[in-house]
Amino acid sequence: MTPGSVAIVGAAESSQLGLAPQVSQIQLHADAALNALADCGLGPGDIDGLACAAEWPTEIAHYLGITPTWVDGTMVGGCSFMLHVRHAAAAIAAGLCSTVLITHGESGRSWVGTQAMQINQASLAGQFELPYGVLGAPTMFTIPALRYMKEYGLSHEQLANVAVVQREWAAQNPRATHREPITVEDVLNSRIIAWPFHVLECCLVTDGGGALVLTSAERAQDFPARPVYVLGTGESVETPMISQMADFTSSRAFRVSGARAFAEAGISHADVDHLMLYDAFAHLPIYGLEDLGFVARGEAGAFIWERHTAPGGKLPVNTNGGGLSYMHSGMYGMYALQESVRQLRGTAPAQVPGAEISVCHGVGGMFGASGTVILANQRS
Amino acid sequence: MSINPKTLPRPTPETRHFWEGVRRGELLLQQCEGCTHVYFPPRPFCPGCASREIRVIRASGRATLYSYVINHRLPKWIDAPYAIAVVELEEGPRMMTNIVDTPQTPEALVLDMPLEVVFEPVTADISLPKFRPARGGVR
Repeated sequence: MTPGSVAIVGAAESSQLGLAPQVSQIQLHADAALNALADCGLGPGDIDGLACAAEWPTEIAHYLGITPTWVDGTMVGGCSFMLHVRHAAAAIAAGLCSTVLITHGESGRSWVGTQAMQINQASLAGQFELPYGVLGAPTMFTIPALRYMKEYGLSHEQLANVAVVQREWAAQNPRATHREPITVEDVLNSRIIAWPFHVLECCLVTDGGGALVLTSAERAQDFPARPVYVLGTGESVETPMISQMADFTSSRAFRVSGARAFAEAGISHADVDHLMLYDAFAHLPIYGLEDLGFVARGEAGAFIWERHTAPGGKLPVNTNGGGLSYMHSGMYGMYALQESVRQLRGTAPAQVPGAEISVCHGVGGMFGASGTVILANQRS
Repeated sequence: MSINPKTLPRPTPETRHFWEGVRRGELLLQQCEGCTHVYFPPRPFCPGCASREIRVIRASGRATLYSYVINHRLPKWIDAPYAIAVVELEEGPRMMTNIVDTPQTPEALVLDMPLEVVFEPVTADISLPKFRPARGGVR
């Protein structure tokens, strides 16, 4: 894809975000999709490409009344939407379709119209991880952190501080689930979930959805909102088993995906005005800052402590409050993309003045997959 | 630690030898005949070089504590916080396990501490490899 040849022209979250027990999962997809279509003045009949995760594209196409010539049901966890953007940009550039709708909806808290994932006791993770008392992401995604702490001297206070700084951003966001200020002491005194992680270092569990509309840059000026151009993208996967992650202090999927996106965009780290780093748990922005090359290995905890990612800092990170304070329905990547779009349109609640380039980086599974999207509000 | 029957491993044709080994009190790995790479979890080809010429080897059972969490959100069949750990075997591969015969506390569980394998029977067919602080008695 030529950098800037495809743009996001419609973007919206679901009407309700946080707690939505009166809406089923598929309706969260549809509600967000209708909001995004209204945002760009299109209807389902204008859409010829469809991508989604958590529901089959078949379900969403039928439900919304779309007849696509291109579909993508890539499902690699919470960063699936970054991959959808990447695949959609390639599909539009290749002429497989002209206008792509990416939808997400998840009744992650209320569990309306959805069901828990089946456990496959014969999968490798089922045989070699599940028997040891793992109970979802809080007991697995967190396991590498102690190794990182020993290797690089990251302190419990520095880990807790990730949540503190993000709460500062959330305080500026009326839609954030939690907005009241917290201190490092508050985090360390909060309930232990999986030591060394406390509840305030773990993401929220909410309901919600979001949707994006993409088309070629040539058409992008025809829509009401300021276009947000796709400059570069990357994706990769590593392993479905946290125990088999090659380096517990660094994600290979992050490194591969991030490097690819930067190379394609042709930008340097100094060009980046705004950064979204998928934060299911407090250690993830630390890995993200390092694996994407914003700071050297082992330096991210101090970088955040020195307030470089906080309001007023030189590299604003997770300006919506992140999965720790804004919302997290289970697969958070769509909400990170929405915040990048808002920042580049100049409509974010905690707006970064003059933001022109935003990097949006996601994780899927537990360091299992990664997607990176670099966006800009100017074509080149 | 009691175990939920829905989380018992279900061996496949490619992993059955491993679980039969555990039941006999042997921790089995695989090694590539070509590139000598030792690997886990089991598969009938080398993940390093894709060769199908591999052999099963018996691990020494010696390991070190690589990383862990102590789970405090307890399922109803477990009554006290417990560590979910990843250990690094002497032969190189890492595996998830539990650490037994020691308090489940940060003070007792120190990264890189030496460990040794023990085999914990769960059902007539399935035993699980777990690790305890090294006493030096493992083959």
